[in-house]
Amino acid sequence: MNIHTIADHLNSLADNSDTGMSFDCQPISGEVDVLQISISDREELPIFVSVTEDQIICISYLWGTEEVKSECVHAMHETMLEMNIPMPLSSFSKIGDKYVVFGALSVNSSFSDVEHELAVLSNNAIEVIDDMSDYLL
Amino acid sequence: MSIFKKIMTAIRGGASEAGEAIIDANATRIFEQEIRDAENHLTKAKRDLTGVMAEQMSAKREVDRLTREVTEHEGYATQALEKGDETLALAVAEKISTLESSLADQQQAHDSFSGNAERLKELVKKSERQVAEHKRQLSMVKTTESVQKATSAITDNFSSSNSKLLSAKDSLERIKAKQQKFDDKMKAGELLESENSDSSLQAQLKAAGIGAQDNSANSVLERLKAKQK
Repeated sequence: MNIHTIADHLNSLADNSDTGMSFDCQPISGEVDVLQISISDREELPIFVSVTEDQIICISYLWGTEEVKSECVHAMHETMLEMNIPMPLSSFSKIGDKYVVFGALSVNSSFSDVEHELAVLSNNAIEVIDDMSDYLL
Repeated sequence: MSIFKKIMTAIRGGASEAGEAIIDANATRIFEQEIRDAENHLTKAKRDLTGVMAEQMSAKREVDRLTREVTEHEGYATQALEKGDETLALAVAEKISTLESSLADQQQAHDSFSGNAERLKELVKKSERQVAEHKRQLSMVKTTESVQKATSAITDNFSSSNSKLLSAKDSLERIKAKQQKFDDKMKAGELLESENSDSSLQAQLKAAGIGAQDNSANSVLERLKAKQK
């Protein structure tokens, strides 16, 4: 399992995915290979996938620290911690100054597991932004 | 310092320096070497264990054989006594005494092998846990590094493609607008379909002479006449 086999699989699905979503994959080259996955009609919130020795990590960027109303930071953190378990398959994290939602899978997962993960992650990201928009500028 | 703490400190300290190694590459290499060494020790311990267990089994076989022989000779001695042959009984008794002394030696050897095997098994289990734990820690370091590198690749890609980063709210609004448009289209489609089926039903009813009929000149005239009255 690497980003290229994932890309080949998702591209081959075209409109026939189990999740009803259509994925467009674009590899980004760098020190670590990253796959940028755009979901049709949700291009504004791409998912970035990288594969390490034992995990497949899927990340969606939510918002930057500068987008959070300064008086709401604490309340937002509390809400995120509280939502971490109820939120299916995904968890919150922070990379640099960006809040993210991510999911990690074993490298031994099936393609259909990866597809399911991406669909759930995308739904989670949209819902989280909607539900937390009161905290945002 | 635990790996967790090290990662936390490194992220806090140099979060802005995306791509900068969390723990210097040299330390990671040393750690990887330590894991490989531990795995080598583990392989050796397992090999030793196999050897000790083989010795233990062979000692057990010897103990069993000697025990059988002692019992056998005790029978001979009893038979000799029954026949009143004291001399023969004594000779057999001497043989039994030699056998019992070998048996005691073998039993001791067997016990010592068993003890060694138990100790080695414990050691193997402990080493296996330790190797697994080290591998987990190494995976944490490597994942942190990989995510940092991935992030810098993503950031570079964004800045090189000049794509404007939208705020979360703007992104959501756009996505929602697209979803709304899609829903509207679906609804319009449904509406059109139901209208079509409505009008076809009307046509069928009219053909059957049921329901409102076309206003004919006659019916208009009837209405006007009724008004005059």
